[in-house]
Amino acid sequence: MNDEAISADSLVKSFGKTKALAGTSFSARTGTVLGLLGPNGAGKTTAVRILSTLLQPDGGHASVAGYDVVKDATTVRQLVGLTGQYASVDDGLTGTNNLVMIGRLLGQSRQTARARAAELLARFDLTEAAGRPVKTYSGGMRRRIDLAASLVGHPQVLFLDEPTTGLDPSARSDVWDMIRELTADGVTVLLTTQYLDEADQLADDITVVDHGQVIAAGTPDDLKAKVGGQVLEVSPADPGQLAVVSELLARWTGSTPVPDGAGRQVSAQVLSAAVLPQIVRALDEQQVELAEFSLRKSSLDEVFLTLTGHNAEPTAADLSMQAARR
Amino acid sequence: MSAGAIAGGRQAGPRTGRVSVLAGLQQSCTLTWRSVLKIKTNSEDLLGLSLQPVMFLLLFTYVFGGAIAHGNVHAYLQYVLPGILVQTVLFATLGTGLMLNQDISAGIFDRFRSLPIARWAPLAGAIMGDVARYVISVVVTLGFGIVLGFRVTTNPFGAIAGCALVLAFALAMCWVSALIGLLVKTPQGVQVFGFTAMFPLVFASGVLVPVVTMPGWLQAFAKANPMTLLADACRGLMVAHSGPVAVPALEAMAWALGILLVFAPIAVRVYRSKT
Repeated sequence: MNDEAISADSLVKSFGKTKALAGTSFSARTGTVLGLLGPNGAGKTTAVRILSTLLQPDGGHASVAGYDVVKDATTVRQLVGLTGQYASVDDGLTGTNNLVMIGRLLGQSRQTARARAAELLARFDLTEAAGRPVKTYSGGMRRRIDLAASLVGHPQVLFLDEPTTGLDPSARSDVWDMIRELTADGVTVLLTTQYLDEADQLADDITVVDHGQVIAAGTPDDLKAKVGGQVLEVSPADPGQLAVVSELLARWTGSTPVPDGAGRQVSAQVLSAAVLPQIVRALDEQQVELAEFSLRKSSLDEVFLTLTGHNAEPTAADLSMQAARR
Repeated sequence: MSAGAIAGGRQAGPRTGRVSVLAGLQQSCTLTWRSVLKIKTNSEDLLGLSLQPVMFLLLFTYVFGGAIAHGNVHAYLQYVLPGILVQTVLFATLGTGLMLNQDISAGIFDRFRSLPIARWAPLAGAIMGDVARYVISVVVTLGFGIVLGFRVTTNPFGAIAGCALVLAFALAMCWVSALIGLLVKTPQGVQVFGFTAMFPLVFASGVLVPVVTMPGWLQAFAKANPMTLLADACRGLMVAHSGPVAVPALEAMAWALGILLVFAPIAVRVYRSKT
């Protein structure tokens, strides 16, 4: 058995003058979740489209379960499931009919296709809506039927392209639970997302892409450790002493302390825990009484900011643009 | 139920190589089933398919009939019904392009393309499914025509042959529609392009009025217009002593074949290169 379920090697793809992928390489071990993380336009969707055989690369190679996505495209299509902003279900058909149609297209007998559809609808809590056209579904139900559609053929590799974009928090955590259950069975998942917490929650490994290039790769912990290691958060009992704390942190950590919005806390990147006793002593000498003094790992947000120089979460302008496109 | 039951369970290893033609045909049938289901659930489409021929028949028979046939409305109905049949089915071919276009913009075609099915199956399925829509148009037009007083004065086989001729032509024209659907960005665009192309074809022809009443330059166009040939052939097959059948029928089929041979390969190529 090939240990690499997904492998992308120096993928290049251009659309006109725009270079969507500029030599992108990443891989996912069998049975793990690879998070492909990056802002809008980073090339995530292009990479998924190439891996799911919808698009041919201009350069480089990609394989799924050892099969080349260009030369063995038909074989790859039997092994993968795809859920994304583009690979959709038919609005005009009912949930059941959509799933039966896909089952039949995959060569299942009528009975098998019907049974499989019922099984998936039950699993995704859609049995009640099974007989209704998909256009009457809510956003969360729609995402669940999309996910169910990609599972009809028992895929070994699942591509989830921004599976929770546009969902409310509770629908989002439902989708997360389902992804966890799938991976528990040994399905390999490639998850693209622009939400750092999503990658942090679900992914075994994360590849960060920006402008079609891989700018970092590793486990979530690796990435957090890579950038500034840990974050020291200090809250003085008297908020008036915030400036003093800030000055001390700047001197001992060598990084620029960031005050929180409420004016109660300052945080600073710490490269080595060895400076902590000195910071405590210095605070004591300045007679700063502490309400809180804690050390935590950098969040992926901080990692992303450090790596790309811009925020990962979409801005309000991006979101309204996406809405307009729909 | 465990997650294993949901995701696992694949027994056989993957098939390698291309999808067989037989499998492709089965997949096309599944997709035809989908198109037919969509007609049933899309009541607006169904309403359009049946109301349009009813409206055209009423308008042309009672508004223009008297003027065109010098007061003999029945004579005009005998003349115009085969024409309306041609026109209705031609308009219905626009649905092929519309549905393709919607499928592409809604992402359903990408779903199909990600499945291990023959590349041509979705296109074939869409077109085979549309035959059902054409048959509905034909039945409604003929049925309502008979209600209004139209009579087949040849024989039932003539009527069936006439309908078959119209359907065969529609199967060629739907490739033009498919091509428009593939090239144009929005469903609205499909309608604009489609109707712009279809209106001159229908009106500058012998579909609704005899060609001899037109000025000479227009007659030249109308006589070569496949709509004229098709309507003449259909009329000849359904209404006794209305004109020759064999020549216009053969010419109309030659047009159909020509259109098919030109547009089907282009549409398939555009469809394949679509990313």
